[in-house]
Amino acid sequence: MLHNPTMATYFLPFEKPLVELERKLQELKEFGTGNRVQDEIKRLERRALRLREEIFRGLTRWQIVQLARHPSRPFTLDYVPHVFDEFVELHGDRRFADDASIVGGLARLGGRPLVVIGHQKGRGTKDNIHRNFGSPRPEGYRKAKRLMRLAERFERPVVTFVDTQGAYPGVGAEERGQAEAIAANLQAMMELRVPIVTAIIGEGGSGGALAIAVADRVMMLEFSIYSVITPEGCASILWRDSGRAEQAADALRLTAPDLFGLGVVDEIVREAPGGAQRDSVLTAGHLREALIRHVDELGALEPEERVNRRIAKYRRLGVFHEEQR
Amino acid sequence: MAWFTKVAPGLKVRAETRVKVPEGGLWQRCPDCSEIIYNEEIEKNCQVCPRCLHHFRIGARQRIEMTCDPSSFVEHDADLTAADPLDFRDSKRYRDRIRGVRRSVGENEAIVCGMGRLGGRPISIGAFEFGFLGGSMGSAVGEKVARLFDRATEHRCPAIIFCASGGARMQEGVLSLMQMAKTTGALAQFRRVRQPYLPVLTDPTTGGVAASFAMQGDVCLAEPKALVGFAGPRVIEQTIRQTLPPDFQRSEFLVEHGMVDLIVARPQIPETLGKLIDLLAG
Ligand SMILES: [Zn+2]
Repeated sequence: MLHNPTMATYFLPFEKPLVELERKLQELKEFGTGNRVQDEIKRLERRALRLREEIFRGLTRWQIVQLARHPSRPFTLDYVPHVFDEFVELHGDRRFADDASIVGGLARLGGRPLVVIGHQKGRGTKDNIHRNFGSPRPEGYRKAKRLMRLAERFERPVVTFVDTQGAYPGVGAEERGQAEAIAANLQAMMELRVPIVTAIIGEGGSGGALAIAVADRVMMLEFSIYSVITPEGCASILWRDSGRAEQAADALRLTAPDLFGLGVVDEIVREAPGGAQRDSVLTAGHLREALIRHVDELGALEPEERVNRRIAKYRRLGVFHEEQR
Repeated sequence: MAWFTKVAPGLKVRAETRVKVPEGGLWQRCPDCSEIIYNEEIEKNCQVCPRCLHHFRIGARQRIEMTCDPSSFVEHDADLTAADPLDFRDSKRYRDRIRGVRRSVGENEAIVCGMGRLGGRPISIGAFEFGFLGGSMGSAVGEKVARLFDRATEHRCPAIIFCASGGARMQEGVLSLMQMAKTTGALAQFRRVRQPYLPVLTDPTTGGVAASFAMQGDVCLAEPKALVGFAGPRVIEQTIRQTLPPDFQRSEFLVEHGMVDLIVARPQIPETLGKLIDLLAG
């Protein structure tokens, strides 16, 4: 599916002034003639640029949560054709089913064959039901693990895209061992001998995200989020009021700069001006550049060294007190 | 989608049903069979109801004492405690909440770890204290679990963890989530020495602990009727808008669905662990 700026038909409240200005500009460009109009267009363009910078420089955490969940925000399969040169999607966990909320397959990144895996949300009711709103069941995680093993067998790096509210909390998911499926993926990724690079592209929702995000390098798109719990979930537990999600978003510190500061992510990848939903192709280009860089750097290491560094990297995460004796 | 499952309030319900019948607290009513039983009798039976085998929740130290050879346990990392990296505050500041819980529970963190012996053999052992913020895993718990595996690697001895946790500790945000990866990494190193890691799932084990080292054992044990799952039952009920059957996500359900190796009644756990260790690495 092609994704381009004209698809963004839904706008967040804080985008409104900018969108109105851009509409006016568009009208002038289409119907206006003469020098005075040209001057006016230039003036409005400068104003739009300034306004965009102003709005996006001062975004609150809650506004970033909304951007990360923007209905027009590109999903894994929107990026794949623009990040990779080739892609063959593969299906199924060979145990139970093919979970469409996780997609994966073989791809080529500027001459580098590799395996790509990502959460996949849907657009519209029917597609969303098919994708289970991007919330995987155990078979999704087991499909991902199967593809990682395939990558290892053929010495191909693994690239993962993270975009889920969380693993699905349902009866069937529990019966088929959701906890075991996630735990097994963490173990597989920690021990995998090939390079792993993860990009958080939208929502990184707790264990359901981490199950495909244990990596040598973790990047985050500028307006994505990554958290132990959704702000709504946090608010309903702490204040018994999911309406206080905005406050919870601040408390949880879930934005890319927050996570970079905590050492959880290694790099923040720039999005198109105004957010990835305004230009998925441009954003894909930024992702591609970063992925190539990391895959090449990691490829230079011996497998054992890579695994040891990966373990050591996660070992450093966390803050606690210990009395010196 | 709540990751930190809401089991903590569930404990309260249980604790309330454990009503002390007046007259001096010598008795209590079993929440399962409603029999009134002498505390002494329950005590002798490893905190298991002698009538219906209901397993009362027990603390970390009692658990370790029941498992290790007498006076063989030496605690490690006892003074490792939570910091407040996010400066988190809900109705209370996290650091104040921790201070309060440390005082009321009498433990520094939600897990007690150390070295002990089982049938004469050294073991690296840990047990969760569910009373400490629902046994939730933050940075300190993650570090203690990682060090538990480190000691097992160093001594080339089995690792045993009694799990009882509602999951990741929300107040440390994404750093809590990362403890799932951190503990997995320490376990990955331990796995190279070919000694068994045996988790014992006790009531309740859910969320981030269930979805990491609790489910990564070589052999996985569970106590009877323990609640074990990824999502807490309340979250599932809200999602599917149906009431769940009472046996859902209980140990017996997990065995039926192939997720746990065996259910062992509390008094038989040490002996069973010893037997498994012998058969795997004796
Ligand atoms: Zn009873």
